[in-house]
Amino acid sequence: MRGVCKRFPGVVALDRVDFDLRAGEVHVLLGENGAGKSTLMKILSGAYRKDAGEILISGRHAAIESPRAAQALGVATIYQELSLVPQLSVAENILLGHEPARAGWIDRRALRDAAQRSIEDVGITLDLDRRVDRLGLAEQQMVELAKALFRRARVLVMDEPTSALTTREIDRLFDVVRRVTANGAGVVYISHRLQELSRIGDRVTVLRDGRHTGTFALADVSIDQLVCLMANRDVRDHFPRRRAVPGDELLRLEHVSAVSGVDDVSLTVRRGEIVGVAGLLGAGRTELARVIAGADRPASGRVFVKGREVTPKSPRHAIRAGIGFLPEDRKRHGLVLQLSVQANIGLPSLQRWSRGGVVSQRAEHDEARRWVGELRIKTPTVGERVVRLSGGTQQKVVLARWLAAQADILVMDEPTRGVDVGAKVEIYELMNGLTDAGAGILMISSELPEVLGMSDRIYVMRRGRIEAEMDGPSATEQQVLQCALGWA
Amino acid sequence: MSGRPEGLHYTTAMSAFGSGRRFGAIAGLVGLCVLLWALTPHFLTVSNALNVMEQTSINAIVAVGMTFVIVSGGIDLSVGSLVAFSGVVLAAALKAGWPAPAAVGAALAVGAACGLANGLVIALGRLPPFIMTLGMMSVARGAALMFTDGRPISGFDAPFRAIAVSRIAGVPAPILITLLIYGAAHLVLARTRFGRYVYGIGGNEEATRLSGVAVHFHKTMIYVVSGVMSAVAAVLLTARLNTAQPIAGIMYELDAIAAVVIGGTSLSGGEGTLGGTLIGALTMGVLRNGLNLLGVSSFLQQLVIGLVIVVAVLVDTLLKEKKS
Repeated sequence: MRGVCKRFPGVVALDRVDFDLRAGEVHVLLGENGAGKSTLMKILSGAYRKDAGEILISGRHAAIESPRAAQALGVATIYQELSLVPQLSVAENILLGHEPARAGWIDRRALRDAAQRSIEDVGITLDLDRRVDRLGLAEQQMVELAKALFRRARVLVMDEPTSALTTREIDRLFDVVRRVTANGAGVVYISHRLQELSRIGDRVTVLRDGRHTGTFALADVSIDQLVCLMANRDVRDHFPRRRAVPGDELLRLEHVSAVSGVDDVSLTVRRGEIVGVAGLLGAGRTELARVIAGADRPASGRVFVKGREVTPKSPRHAIRAGIGFLPEDRKRHGLVLQLSVQANIGLPSLQRWSRGGVVSQRAEHDEARRWVGELRIKTPTVGERVVRLSGGTQQKVVLARWLAAQADILVMDEPTRGVDVGAKVEIYELMNGLTDAGAGILMISSELPEVLGMSDRIYVMRRGRIEAEMDGPSATEQQVLQCALGWA
Repeated sequence: MSGRPEGLHYTTAMSAFGSGRRFGAIAGLVGLCVLLWALTPHFLTVSNALNVMEQTSINAIVAVGMTFVIVSGGIDLSVGSLVAFSGVVLAAALKAGWPAPAAVGAALAVGAACGLANGLVIALGRLPPFIMTLGMMSVARGAALMFTDGRPISGFDAPFRAIAVSRIAGVPAPILITLLIYGAAHLVLARTRFGRYVYGIGGNEEATRLSGVAVHFHKTMIYVVSGVMSAVAAVLLTARLNTAQPIAGIMYELDAIAAVVIGGTSLSGGEGTLGGTLIGALTMGVLRNGLNLLGVSSFLQQLVIGLVIVVAVLVDTLLKEKKS
């Protein structure tokens, strides 16, 4: 890719970016939110059209005008949001659009055989007849890889493939990726997990504010150097937690259970505290968060807010008690993508800003501008639709919503998922500011360093139960992991 | 979006015509008018223009409710039957000697009640809007037929008929009523909490619920709005024709949906404006009127209108794609 440019209203997303991928390598693409990684990859995969520049594949000019054209040229993209048909089986998904058929009838045996060969190619074993929505995320990703290989993809784009995976699953995924590159394909790998890069990557390209800031062999470059190139500023301390003396109790759960997979959970959060919840995927952490936020009703148990029993019956009820919920999947559960930044921030607070049902546009606008300023939300105006913003910016919009709603208990489910190092630090600083101001935060995170670095206290969950409570500053990674795995 | 001071820079969905995104629809309507003007000299007379708008008013009013429903990600197939049902109730009340305001109130109550039934089952029973309102389409039609024994109710006093036939400063009352409703409905959609939640529910119902919005309540009210709009249309229709037919309003749902989508509102919800819908309704009205003036047979008219709906939405979709 040479001299690629892309403009959006008010933002230059890419400014003359060069990028090259060699056969058989894993090329890591690094950059802050809004640095242009996703845009560059969307141009490569045909989702966006470039404004200028050219793309060459195997030395030949490639006209990528549509996702279809990209696929035909051997470019396959594995997005954070997977693009499989959930109701179809593994085999059907792999061969979707290429079903072997005789006189219009699908040859089921040939379909299974072809699917079998392609999953063997990636070195995995899977039940071919299983519906994809019954598979775990990691398995779904492997199906995506098998699908891409079946289509003879030469260029594979993987966007944050490990963000939802456990360590074991990551190991398996990396085995698969190595097999793919050994077969001569090139992989563009987008990730923010620095420790993974040296394990899987060969070269790295850093983008900042839509510009190419450098390409190196990973062996020749230090993590500090990369962070400097990405972040515009030195990010030495990844976890700038300022611990405060905890105040009154804000939130208390007593023996809360829910059918979704929460089993007899009791916990407390006090003013000024960040309480981390660690655990493996499926340990019931998100389910717990949803109960506190009023999204799901508990089957039994009681919830107290500031000493008063409020056991949330609905999100509305929880919000009135001062609870704000930042969901794990902000596009599905957090934002109304077609609406503006302002409308998304205002959604729970309109009642406060309106009289007789009529919203004071002045009040809404001023509040939105205030929070956009304070959280440094990168948007041309508060009227911009959130669908046009990058992932990290969208997360800040959700946070702004709860600050505007005057929530003082924040339930954050994976607050820095898909967010780069620089913006992570910004979010951590925001969390510090919130606890300084007397808020309490319950933070669910799959990243152990984050849990250990930011939490004052830690609860470790396993199979819906609280397995242990630990002191944040003194807990070790091993202790938490052992608990979460049940090896303690 | 340009040309407005930054301090007045509100949500794109908020301005009446969606910040120029309806440009295609407006251009289409203007183009159509120019074409008809060239073909028939009578088209661009004041009396014909008023005539077109008056005839458009019924569909335009039904389409107001349909806009709320479609922006919220739903659909209301029962509007035509509700026009018939609330119309015959209105007529019967007038015949029974009720004063006009009371009879109109009864018609509005019937529309609201049917809309409420739609909304409650859709919101609480989680029935797809398509199914529920398809059912209501048949139920309300059946109720209208039973209520009148299948016969029309005709002949009303002049004070009631004044709603449709009087003129204020030379402008027929139905046009003024329609404009009034559009102005009010636009303000509701653009400036009130209810309006914002309509967009929220259509754009991402779960995110809206998690933001503490009483989604069930607002969803129900959306269908009540649609029912009431059908009843308002029934009042105008009954007053104009001086008769209420239990078989009135057939295919109104499709005309209303056509007006909404020609106006650039997406059937998948979350966006759309009443300004667009008004243009959509006018486009349909102008087209019908023009084809009549040109002496085109009613069979061919059907065909042409169908094609125009498809082409209009196609062009709008292509324009949007080009922009994004």
